[in-house]
Amino acid sequence: MDTAPNKNPLSLQIDVSRFEKATDEEKRQQDVMSESTTFFKDGMRKLMKNPLAVGSIVVLVLIILTIIIAPLVVPYSYSDIIKVNGKRDKSAKNLAPFEYSKQEQKFIDEGGKVFPHIMGTDSMCRDYFIRVVEGTKISLTVGLFASILVLIIGVLYGSISGYMGGKVDLIMMRIVDIIYSLPDMLIIILLSVVLNETLAQSNSKIIQSLGTNMVSIFVVFGLLYWVGMARLVRGEILKIKSNEYILAAQAVGAPSGRIIRTHIIPNCISVIIITTALQIPSAIFTESFLSFVGMGVKAPMPSLGSLANAAREGLQSYPMQLVFPAVTIVLIVLAFNLLGDGLRDAFDPKLRR
Amino acid sequence: MSKYLIKRILLAILSVFVILLITFFAMNAVPGGPFNSEKATTPAVRAVLMERFNLDKPVWQQFLIYIRNLTRFDFGVSLKTGREISGTLSTCFAVSAKIGGIAAFVAVIIGVILGAIAALFRNRWPDRLIIFFTTLFTAMPSFVFATLLLMVFCIQLGLLPVFSTEASASKYVLPVIALAAYPTAYITRLTKTSMLDALSQDYIRTARAKGVTTRKVIFKHALRNALIPVITYVGPMLAYILTGSLVVENIFNIGGLGKQFVQSITNRDYPMIMATTIFLAVIMVLMNLLSDIMYKVVDPRIKLD
Repeated sequence: MDTAPNKNPLSLQIDVSRFEKATDEEKRQQDVMSESTTFFKDGMRKLMKNPLAVGSIVVLVLIILTIIIAPLVVPYSYSDIIKVNGKRDKSAKNLAPFEYSKQEQKFIDEGGKVFPHIMGTDSMCRDYFIRVVEGTKISLTVGLFASILVLIIGVLYGSISGYMGGKVDLIMMRIVDIIYSLPDMLIIILLSVVLNETLAQSNSKIIQSLGTNMVSIFVVFGLLYWVGMARLVRGEILKIKSNEYILAAQAVGAPSGRIIRTHIIPNCISVIIITTALQIPSAIFTESFLSFVGMGVKAPMPSLGSLANAAREGLQSYPMQLVFPAVTIVLIVLAFNLLGDGLRDAFDPKLRR
Repeated sequence: MSKYLIKRILLAILSVFVILLITFFAMNAVPGGPFNSEKATTPAVRAVLMERFNLDKPVWQQFLIYIRNLTRFDFGVSLKTGREISGTLSTCFAVSAKIGGIAAFVAVIIGVILGAIAALFRNRWPDRLIIFFTTLFTAMPSFVFATLLLMVFCIQLGLLPVFSTEASASKYVLPVIALAAYPTAYITRLTKTSMLDALSQDYIRTARAKGVTTRKVIFKHALRNALIPVITYVGPMLAYILTGSLVVENIFNIGGLGKQFVQSITNRDYPMIMATTIFLAVIMVLMNLLSDIMYKVVDPRIKLD
């Protein structure tokens, strides 16, 4: 067995004769077959394999395309009464989908062309399709901006609290605890009522064009809704902070801002993206709820919630006016929820249940 | 345990205090004093009125008086009806509490049953069906669901009366369903995940190995432990049901606290808005506190930090 010349048993010298050459086939086993992927590419690949997530992306893209294209194609505006041949058509009230009013029918018989009312008209002779499209646009915009607001405040607050640690963290997290335990919807309603009164007196252009309710929704989101995000980010940062590369960066003398930017934020980016995706439907929920209670966007601006609210009066005769905005809300919220779940499964295997 | 209790109670007190602060200063921030609309007031009359309602004192003293009145359940007088707010609150809350209580009860029972079924039939059709519906219901705002219910059952099918004035039991069926839908869906998901977790534990395998019957394993070992996370949701659920009642009561025309609240918003009846907000908010904070403490009491495995 041991034919090699005796040598010091403690010697580390390798006995070459005891090895044999690898065959070509064995060598090929070591080849890297697939290309190396980045974290992002790998996540996207997993996301694209999830049929529910892909379905929701398709639905969302379709909705966004409709929002962009519909106003270009449909010749009606969301705030004006339908005009036939330049004249206001007061008979076009509460039409069923694809129905024409008497004046329009006459105009068509005379050889004119009228764009069909895909979802009919509302009680004020306005084309309902374009109102639903506009409402969807406003609801989505509110949702998006509110989530961006939450994102910015939550990430800033959470990262400062998590990074500083100690007393600062303790105090900052107590504040978060208190805000977290406040009943948000009630405070939103209260603040909206009060802000409405106070803002109504200001002459600022932004406030006038957006409507005071809109502004108060954003203010309230900025005040209350960021706490969930802040908590998550803080938790992530505490985890990341205990890694050695942070210690190394600190030892080299990197300033805190740089450590947060280059080491910590990129590592908790997936949690942030997922939470933001799930924040959008919750913002849309809140906005539609407020609109439904009558504290939403300024008339004649429609939002999905205010459309559903307006449809309640004629529910017995024109139920379709409720169905269209209701289905749109459910579709959007469902799509964002499923997309958020898909993102979580794809980008953060740790969060998977 | 006692340390946690004290911390949690202190936090609840602080939250209530913050709510009081917000409501008080929100009320003060509303432009225009309460007597601006009275036409026939002379400065002398106004001064007397200001003194009568303590409006001449510094703000912090007003705040203290306000808190003192609240502890006596004295919310002042409604601007619209001129009645004592505390009376309106308690009569309206009785109605809301009844509907909300039934809805919460229904949500917990059905949610737990469905969740357990989904976990036991994991990845088979009952599970898929249940998960499909829970996903759908969590994406549906309560007002959409409530109006759809009204439309289908009252108007299209004519099964139940739209607006019945007499207090029949059938009047409460649809509001309870509308309020319970979202919590049921949430509890179902919660129970499913915790049940799956419980079923994979060692003590389940031990029980099975001992030859304990399947039924006993499920009910005595798995379900009991799976129910613990549901307790934490009781607080948020009641908060959801209370805010949900704002729209549901309006849609079904029920004279509860929710309808009162929305009405006072439309009427800009500030004392009423403040009183309702404080009342509901304090209930929610208390419920959260209770469910948190319950959670720790029920499950001794949870580390108290």
